[in-house]
Amino acid sequence: MSRKRKSYIALMRGVMYVCSGLTAALLLFLLGYVLYKGIPNISWEFLSTKPSHLTERIGILPDILNTVYIVLATLVIVLPLGVGAAIYLTEYAQNKRVVAAIEYAAETLSGIPSIIYGLVGMLLFSNNFGTCLLAGALTLVIMNLPTVMRTTQESLKTVPQSYREGAFGLGAGKWRVIRTVVLPGCVDGVVTGCILSVGRILGESAALLFTAGFAHAINDLFSGLVSPGATLTVALYVYAKEEGEFGAAFAIAAILMFLTLIINLSASLVGKYFAKRRSV
Amino acid sequence: MKKNRVFENVVHGIFLLLGLITVGCVLLITVYLIISGIPAIKEIGLAKFLFGKEWASTAAEPKFGILPFILTSVYGTAGAILIGVPVGFFTAVFLSKVAGKKVRSAMETAVSLLAGIPSVVYGLVGMLVLVPAVRSIFHVPDGSSLLAAIVVLAIMILPSIIKVSVTALDAVPKEYEDASLALGASPVETYFKVSVPAARSGIAAAVVLGVGRAIGEAMAVMMVAGNVANMPSLFQSVRFLTTAVASEMSYSSPGSLQRNALFSIALVLFLFIMLLNAALNFFLKRDKEK
Repeated sequence: MSRKRKSYIALMRGVMYVCSGLTAALLLFLLGYVLYKGIPNISWEFLSTKPSHLTERIGILPDILNTVYIVLATLVIVLPLGVGAAIYLTEYAQNKRVVAAIEYAAETLSGIPSIIYGLVGMLLFSNNFGTCLLAGALTLVIMNLPTVMRTTQESLKTVPQSYREGAFGLGAGKWRVIRTVVLPGCVDGVVTGCILSVGRILGESAALLFTAGFAHAINDLFSGLVSPGATLTVALYVYAKEEGEFGAAFAIAAILMFLTLIINLSASLVGKYFAKRRSV
Repeated sequence: MKKNRVFENVVHGIFLLLGLITVGCVLLITVYLIISGIPAIKEIGLAKFLFGKEWASTAAEPKFGILPFILTSVYGTAGAILIGVPVGFFTAVFLSKVAGKKVRSAMETAVSLLAGIPSVVYGLVGMLVLVPAVRSIFHVPDGSSLLAAIVVLAIMILPSIIKVSVTALDAVPKEYEDASLALGASPVETYFKVSVPAARSGIAAAVVLGVGRAIGEAMAVMMVAGNVANMPSLFQSVRFLTTAVASEMSYSSPGSLQRNALFSIALVLFLFIMLLNAALNFFLKRDKEK
C-alpha cells in the first residue's frame, strides 16, 4: 500500500474517532452539568408548592399541572384528527393528487419553526379567546398533527391486505372493516405518535410563550384550560432569562432531562414490544 | 341497503375532511402570515424593509430595516452547518459502518437524547457555560455573541444530521461495499469512496434538515446571542430573524407598525423555510427515484 493511501486511511479513521468521541463527550457533559447543577435544587417543597413572593421561594407545582393539562388537551384533540387523516390516506384515498397534497402539507407543517406556530396561534386562537392553555394546546395540535399522522400511517401499512379482503369477503362494509380490522392494527402507531408528541410538547417553548402565557397559578383541569399558564419549559425560560433564577432553571432542566430520557426509553420499548407481538 | 350506502358515504366524507385538515392548516398559516405581513412591508417599502441596515422600532423616528436579521440568520446558520455537518457526518459514518453493535446502540440512545432535550436547556447551558467562555477566551466585554449562538446551533443540529445520515448510509447496498473490498480497497477507503457517494442524496437531505432547524430555532439563540440589532459580527451581540420576532412581540401594541413589521419578519422567515422544504423534497425524491 502506498504511503499516500496509508495516511489517507489513518487520517479518515482518526477524524471519525475524534468526531464520534466529541459527540459522546458533548452529551455526557450536558447530562452531567445539568444534573449536577439541578438536582441539589430539587426538593419536595420545590415540587409541591407555587412560587410565593412572601417567602421568596420558587415552587413549580403549577407548571407541572399546566404541562399535564396541555399534554392531555393536545392529545385528546390531535389523536382523532391525526388517526383519521392516516386512515383516509391508507384506506380511502384513490386520487393520487389529493394524497400528494396531504403528504406535502404534512411535510411542510413539520418543517415550520415553532416561533411561527406561536405567531399564528396567537393570531388565530389567543386573539379570539384570550391567552390560555387551550390556545396553546390548539397551536400544539397543528404542530403535532403530522407526527401522529405519520406514525399511524406507518403502522397501518403493516396491517396485511388479506385481513381487509377477508373481512370484505364476509360481507362487512368499509366502516366495519376499519373499525374491527384496521383500527386495532394501528394501536402501536398511535401509541408511538402519542409518545413522540408528548416529547415535543414537553420541549416546546416558543410556540407557547405567546399563546399560553406564563402565569404560575394552581388551577384544576377545566379552569386551567381557560386561564394563562406556563409549562415547565416556558417556566425554565422565564426563570433563566427574565428573572435570573438559575437554581430553579437548572432544577427544571434536570427534571426535563429525566422526562426526555423516560420518553425515549418508552418509545423504544413500545416499538420492541409491538414488533415482538407482530412476529408471533 | 340504501341506508347503508348513505352511512358509508358519510363516513367517507368525514375521513376525507380529517385528511384535508393538514392541507387546511398549511393554507391557514400561509394566508394568515401573508395577510398580516404585507401591510407593514407596504408601508415601509419592500426595498427599505429588506435592505435597510438599521432597526430602531421604538425610536422617535422608527426605522425598520431587517438586513441585519437576515444576514445574522444566514451567517449563523452557515456557521452552525460548517461546524455541525462535518462532526455529524463523520460520527454517522462511524456509527453506520465501523461501530460494534453495543457502541452503536449506546451512541444512538445518546443521539436521541440530544435530539429530545428541549431547546431552552441548550440555551440555559449556553448562557452559563458558553457565554462566559467566549468572554474569557477571546477577551471581549460580553460573551453573548454570534459565535456563542453558532456553537449552540451546531450542537442542536447534530442529532438530526447524524440520524438522517446514518439512515442513508445503512441503506447503501452491501454489494457495492463488497465489490470495493474485493477489488482491494481498505474498509475505510470503501466507506468514504463508495458508501458515502452512494448515500449522498440522503446526506444532502440531512444538511438541508439541519439548515431548517438552525434557521428556525428561537429560544436557545435568544438566550445566548445577546439580542441587539447589530449587523452580524462574530463577537458582537446579534439578533436573528426568529429572535427579532420573539423579543419584541410581548411589548409591541396590537395594530402598531412595530407589531405589523414583526409579522412581516415572520413572513420572510416562512419564505426561507418554504424554499428549504422544496430543496429537501428535491433531494428525497431524487433518492427515491434511483
